[in-house]
Amino acid sequence: MHTFGYRANALLTLGVTILALMCAMASFSDNFSLPSPSAHVQVLNVNWFQKQRNGNDEVSLTLNISADLQSAFTWNTKQVFVFLAAEYDTTKNSLNQISLWDAIIPSKEHAKFSIHTTNKYRLTDQGSNLRGKEFNLTLHWHVMPKTGKMFADKIVMTGYHLPEDYR
Amino acid sequence: MGFVGETLDSLKRTQLRDALSQAISLGMIVTSALMIWKGLIYFTGSESPVVVVLSESMEPGFKRGDILFLHMNKDPIRTGEIVVFNIDGRDIPIVHRVIEVHEHGGTGEVDILTKGDNNDIDDRIMYAQGQHWLQQQHIIGRAVGHLPYVGYLTIIMTEKPIIKYVLIGALGLFVLTSTE
Repeated sequence: MHTFGYRANALLTLGVTILALMCAMASFSDNFSLPSPSAHVQVLNVNWFQKQRNGNDEVSLTLNISADLQSAFTWNTKQVFVFLAAEYDTTKNSLNQISLWDAIIPSKEHAKFSIHTTNKYRLTDQGSNLRGKEFNLTLHWHVMPKTGKMFADKIVMTGYHLPEDYR
Repeated sequence: MGFVGETLDSLKRTQLRDALSQAISLGMIVTSALMIWKGLIYFTGSESPVVVVLSESMEPGFKRGDILFLHMNKDPIRTGEIVVFNIDGRDIPIVHRVIEVHEHGGTGEVDILTKGDNNDIDDRIMYAQGQHWLQQQHIIGRAVGHLPYVGYLTIIMTEKPIIKYVLIGALGLFVLTSTE
């Protein structure tokens, strides 16, 4: 009965159970933090605005993004993935959601930032509906935990009105 | 009935009863594992509720060998979500983040573009020939939870199958020989 195999098995089972319990508790403790991030985004310039050869509108913007996501970090946070999305609707599509810029924030020390950038990904429409289009800018962040459940939230900011003509 | 009693006694002596109960307990282990898997499929709505991360394209968020828990429901896919999808002509599903969504007004169909957090460019180059977007039917599930390291055993077993056979053999032997 009390062979080596038996004891090893019991020890392993206990160890795995305790580890699983600790992971569950670490993930559960994330629920008690109430993050209150702030963000501000400004469109500084429309660098170009054109119709591609395939007929789709494309815009290049210069953006100033500042945000304070320090409160999104808990002791169970591995990193926070933050991105800025443009959201608008057209007659063809009830929703277009395009990520313009994103970044990985590895630690709390880097979670307060201000960055001056052009859009990292193309803002391209499915069609040519962008002239005079009003779109929303939303800062999303996804909290990736060391273990357990992932969280996500967003701040919707004032939109931007694209020019009536290509440039 | 002396005859029945004698037969039963002899059965006990040949330990057929022991062998049968071993077989049943082995069967119980196999079937309960199957039940848990099928139960997970039912409750998460995803055909593969647990996946192991095989590539480095989502580092440092997800490392090779991490386990992801998937969920699938009627909620529409949105940018920022981490989805697992299949590409026609590829065996292994891919775990990447959605960076662009276009939802058609009339039909409600979606066009989705993905990218790995650790990759420099979006995934269009690895989609099937001529495919520009993912549709809902390509998506297996969205990642909701994460458990580090646990899947590494799976990676080792796929890369060195001999370890798999040794492990299965040892486990089988353990179940068959343990008498308690």
